[in-house]
Amino acid sequence: MSADMSAETSAENAPGNGPGTSPEPESVVDAAAAAAVAPTSAVAAEARDDLAQVEPVVGAPKPDAILVADDVVRRFGGMTAVDVTHLEVQRGAITALIGPNGAGKTTFFNLLTGFDTPQSGTWSFEGRSLHGKSGARVAQQGMVRTFQLTKALSRLTVLQNMLLAAPKNPGERFWLSWLPFTWKAHEKAATDKAMELLARFKLDDKAGDFAGSLSGGQRKLLEMARALMTDPTMIMLDEPMAGVNPALVQSLLGHVQALRDEGMTVLFVEHDMHAVRHISDWVVVMAEGRIVAEGPPRAVMQDQAVVDAYLGAHHDTDLGDDSLLDPEILARLEAEEEKR
Amino acid sequence: MDEFLRILTQSLAEIIAPTTAAFAIAAIGLNLHFGYTGLLNMGQAGFMLLGAYGFGIATIAGFPFYLALLVALAAGLLFALILGIPTLQLRGDYLAIVTISAAEIIRWIGRSTWLQEWTGGASGLQGRNYKGTFQDLSPLPDGRTVIGPLEYINTGSDSWWTRIFAWGLVALALLFVWLITRSPWGRVLKGIREDEDAVRALGKNVYSYKLQSLMLGGMLGALGGVVYVLPLTIAPDAMGRTMTFFTWTVLLLGGAATVFGPVLGAMVFFGAYMLMRTGMRALAENTGVGDIITTTNVEQIGGMLVGITLMLLVIFRPQGILGNKKELAFDVR
Repeated sequence: MSADMSAETSAENAPGNGPGTSPEPESVVDAAAAAAVAPTSAVAAEARDDLAQVEPVVGAPKPDAILVADDVVRRFGGMTAVDVTHLEVQRGAITALIGPNGAGKTTFFNLLTGFDTPQSGTWSFEGRSLHGKSGARVAQQGMVRTFQLTKALSRLTVLQNMLLAAPKNPGERFWLSWLPFTWKAHEKAATDKAMELLARFKLDDKAGDFAGSLSGGQRKLLEMARALMTDPTMIMLDEPMAGVNPALVQSLLGHVQALRDEGMTVLFVEHDMHAVRHISDWVVVMAEGRIVAEGPPRAVMQDQAVVDAYLGAHHDTDLGDDSLLDPEILARLEAEEEKR
Repeated sequence: MDEFLRILTQSLAEIIAPTTAAFAIAAIGLNLHFGYTGLLNMGQAGFMLLGAYGFGIATIAGFPFYLALLVALAAGLLFALILGIPTLQLRGDYLAIVTISAAEIIRWIGRSTWLQEWTGGASGLQGRNYKGTFQDLSPLPDGRTVIGPLEYINTGSDSWWTRIFAWGLVALALLFVWLITRSPWGRVLKGIREDEDAVRALGKNVYSYKLQSLMLGGMLGALGGVVYVLPLTIAPDAMGRTMTFFTWTVLLLGGAATVFGPVLGAMVFFGAYMLMRTGMRALAENTGVGDIITTTNVEQIGGMLVGITLMLLVIFRPQGILGNKKELAFDVR
């Protein structure tokens, strides 16, 4: 508990006035982000306004929370992987879950989506408890997830991957499977919807190819498109940008934003700080299984406790920067390091 | 020349033999398990033996033919439930371990003296005790029929009626599997074969689908077992691990996840197996080869060659005769 308390106090005091903070690097990406983030849908705009009112402290109540978790604890043997006291996720917003490797982000994700079972705790989605629900049931309720290691179904075609995700297909019941007239209409509608989604993700010309022949980035896109086939109200993305080339990252970010602008709630785990700053409305920071800070992206990233402990003191310093060769600057950085 | 013709005729006869049809049906079931759903069932012979016992014991107890057939199917279904409920939640390899041991347990129970009253113990059930109801169903007139080089009695153990019935069931099983696997239901099975977590994340109850697949394939296995014993006797030791591996060879030879693969695989496998053994025997008897391959060890050499064939298949042509090379080009694991 003490870790939470200290993080809370620092979250209130710290923003922007840590010792020797270097000027905020406004990269091209960030500038583009600032221009692009203005949400277009009413839900998203409302979520944004709502979040502006929320105090950036751990466990802060949100005006319209879609997902609420309380005292979720997961232990592996003697190690406590996740110990989340209270978390609310705002409807219609993009919430990023960040933290160093081993912080328990993916485990927490698995717990929320029914892919793992916690030792204790309760959590609810849209007011209904998800405790003890299987991964399939969670998805049926409208909370669909993707995976860190992309799970494209290699030996199915891209279109089959999409159709597989269509909910409530009568032909998926064994007793009706051999009677095509009972599911042909549903199949046709699902195919139209799938082609529309594939076109949006620029995969429509690949519809007939085996998913195994796609590139890593295309598989990420396919996985996202496939998740959308289930008509989710909330989409959970586990490291959507991992292993994707920079050019595709931009387009992926655009797609994630588009989801929010359509009124969907997005929760995503990510390592890429630029991506997080770029698109998220709210950031939750995890370390050693606990939530140590939360707030709007800029405030959280300048939170000294977060910056020091979890991102490394000089996370914004470009190691390829020539100025680092200047002995004066090096000396200053070292002096800073001494002071800690 | 006569010798040569005799060998060819024997091989042809083996291609349409009832036992070949029996293995085809069992392999169609295994195809549903492995080819479509990715379940490693290493105990298909256990399903077959249970089906045979179910049919034989029910008939001896006085059940009419179709009811006894239902008992056999129910036995396969029950065995699938007992195996599947605890193991299908585990990773795939565990199912392989459990099925291979469960099939052995069935065989050992069958040959023990404990249930000898029903199973006949190690010597099994004699054919004449349970074949009556089946042979009474025959619409064929008495006598013998010659078609080409093949001649059999019309009705009896090794008869045209047994062949017609066996291959009729193969056709039905093919139609059944073709109908259910081309549907969205079949697509879910294939999805599970590729990655069950991904399918679970899309809101499908993976466990239920795997159980359905295990039950349906197991019932087909039981049906194959019934067909296998119609011209023979029910002998537990004839339906052990070798039978499971023959079924796997048949499936992989024909091509997993194809509709006709198991049937073509069964025909090619048993045709070639017979050709090889009769050929070796003829060579051993008539030529100098006899010094190396004697007629007494032809069976053993044949068994070894089947093992080698299975290994070569898996290494060099995993997609089988009918499989799509492209579909296997992506190594999923």
